[in-house]
Amino acid sequence: MPHHFPPDSIGLVSPQTAHFDEPLALDCGRSLATYSLVYETYGALNADRSNAVLICHALSGDHHVAGYYENDPAKPGWWDNCIGPGKPIDTREFFVVCCNNLGGCKGSTGPTAINPETRKPYGPDFPIVTVKDWVRSQARLADRLGVTQWAAIIGGSLGGMQAMQWAITFPERVRHALVIAAAPRLSAMNIAFNEVARQAILSDPDFHHGHYYEFGVVPRRGLMLARMLGHITYLSDEGMRAKFGRELREGKIDFNFNFDTEFQVESYLRHQGHAFVDRFDANTYLLITKTLDYFDPAADFDQDLSVAFHRAQARFLVISFTSDWRFAPTRSREIVQALVRAGREASYVEVPSEFGHDAFLMPIPLYHDTLRACLTRVAQEVNAHAA
Amino acid sequence: MRPELELISEWIRPGARVLDLGCGDGALLAYLRQYRQVSGYGLEIDAANLVKCIQMGVNVIHADLEAGLADFGDSSFDYVIMTQTLQAVKRTEELLDEMLRVGRQGIVTFPNFGFWRCRIQIALQGLMPVVKTLPYQWYDTPNVHLFTLRDFEELCRRKRIDILQRMVLDYAHRPHPGPQWWPNLLGEIALYRLGRA
Repeated sequence: MPHHFPPDSIGLVSPQTAHFDEPLALDCGRSLATYSLVYETYGALNADRSNAVLICHALSGDHHVAGYYENDPAKPGWWDNCIGPGKPIDTREFFVVCCNNLGGCKGSTGPTAINPETRKPYGPDFPIVTVKDWVRSQARLADRLGVTQWAAIIGGSLGGMQAMQWAITFPERVRHALVIAAAPRLSAMNIAFNEVARQAILSDPDFHHGHYYEFGVVPRRGLMLARMLGHITYLSDEGMRAKFGRELREGKIDFNFNFDTEFQVESYLRHQGHAFVDRFDANTYLLITKTLDYFDPAADFDQDLSVAFHRAQARFLVISFTSDWRFAPTRSREIVQALVRAGREASYVEVPSEFGHDAFLMPIPLYHDTLRACLTRVAQEVNAHAA
Repeated sequence: MRPELELISEWIRPGARVLDLGCGDGALLAYLRQYRQVSGYGLEIDAANLVKCIQMGVNVIHADLEAGLADFGDSSFDYVIMTQTLQAVKRTEELLDEMLRVGRQGIVTFPNFGFWRCRIQIALQGLMPVVKTLPYQWYDTPNVHLFTLRDFEELCRRKRIDILQRMVLDYAHRPHPGPQWWPNLLGEIALYRLGRA
């Protein structure tokens, strides 16, 4: 049966896999002899290969960023509201690329992949990867695709950190860096939340020191708790109040002690936790929370982020959301301050929103208008050079 | 607006680093970038203006001037500019101080409340003045401080701010000779270049 998608949807998409045999040296000192990256592309690369846009995904995201899969025509990619013909990231103008990061669990090499040395899943033996490692692996994918310079690299949250790192590590390969709802590094409180999430997984009896694949189980309870905790940090007090209030599922309080879900918010969090366990791997969750904790581009530059940005050549657009307390606007302003001190081209917009950290996935008018204004400009540059 | 941009740009050294407080749609920065090869940023609070600046490729930073310029270091810009904004901020003195802390020089433009038409309207008609450069009614004006050239120069003297240059314009932002002779009576818009030793 043919599917009918909205006219501004890119329609059916399918992932591709790039396999790499050249070893990748990692920041942790180890290296991956071979690895694969799963990715999707939308739109067409132009003749002088100048219209490529890289989307970097966040903690629980993946390469399926827009469009629909044949076998799941109801659920589009995670940022479909922003990517497509006529959308802010316009696939008529740009060749859009997104890959599942190393260490992920959606097809790129990660803890669930088979370790060629042991012929068993890597599990907890998968090396810790950093944002810099990701950027280096993405650069190899760019080489493979024939992209020497990205017109723009765009990411929210952990994705924004990758966009920043790209501009620092490969200054000549990034024309525009769009850093959304990110931070220059994690705060002690950010790390604390990650630590509680990790402890939830580590203390699950089904975790088996990360070798749960061999026991035919998954640490469901631990991963679910980790996700529920994480989810609270993605929302805001006002947003939760608006969405759930103190509404009861059954309309009255039972004063019971069996801790079934009584309030809507409890039911919502449990649902989010359950759904996550079915689509995500606990070792990947542990790994990527560590990747977040270790991210600190200033560390290589005397703890001065502006020195790190001295080498960048990209134009930056930094966006934050008022009710985001995971990576609050003050954290984005630290990035902007460092960019200004480094004399970089940079703009900053603080979008009023009650959606908390999750706002970076929402089609908020000022947010999308800002992206559209920036990317229209990027497209004009691309076309001026191509002409 | 165009002649005012030209006049301001004549005061700006080519290649300078500029911060434009309340930069609006970014027209001044775009002009200075083209004709004076400046680099820099605009600060703006209005959402529609932020989007316009980004569309024009002008660096714009979302900020509330009333909160001061704490994000910017001492003497980190050659010029800090404030066009038609000083009369609309509450903390006038603090902002002037911040301007001359962050910038080596400041450039300020504002509508002159001492213009003869203003004087006549309030003196003879007993009404709050409505003129081309101050087009608002008393109840819908964004301006919170109305002042004359003499008021401003008195404040500068008291705050030990040096007036390096002054230009007085008519409503169409043209520097006619008349207003230069009798600025506080015939001038409708004032341009100042300021410094602090």
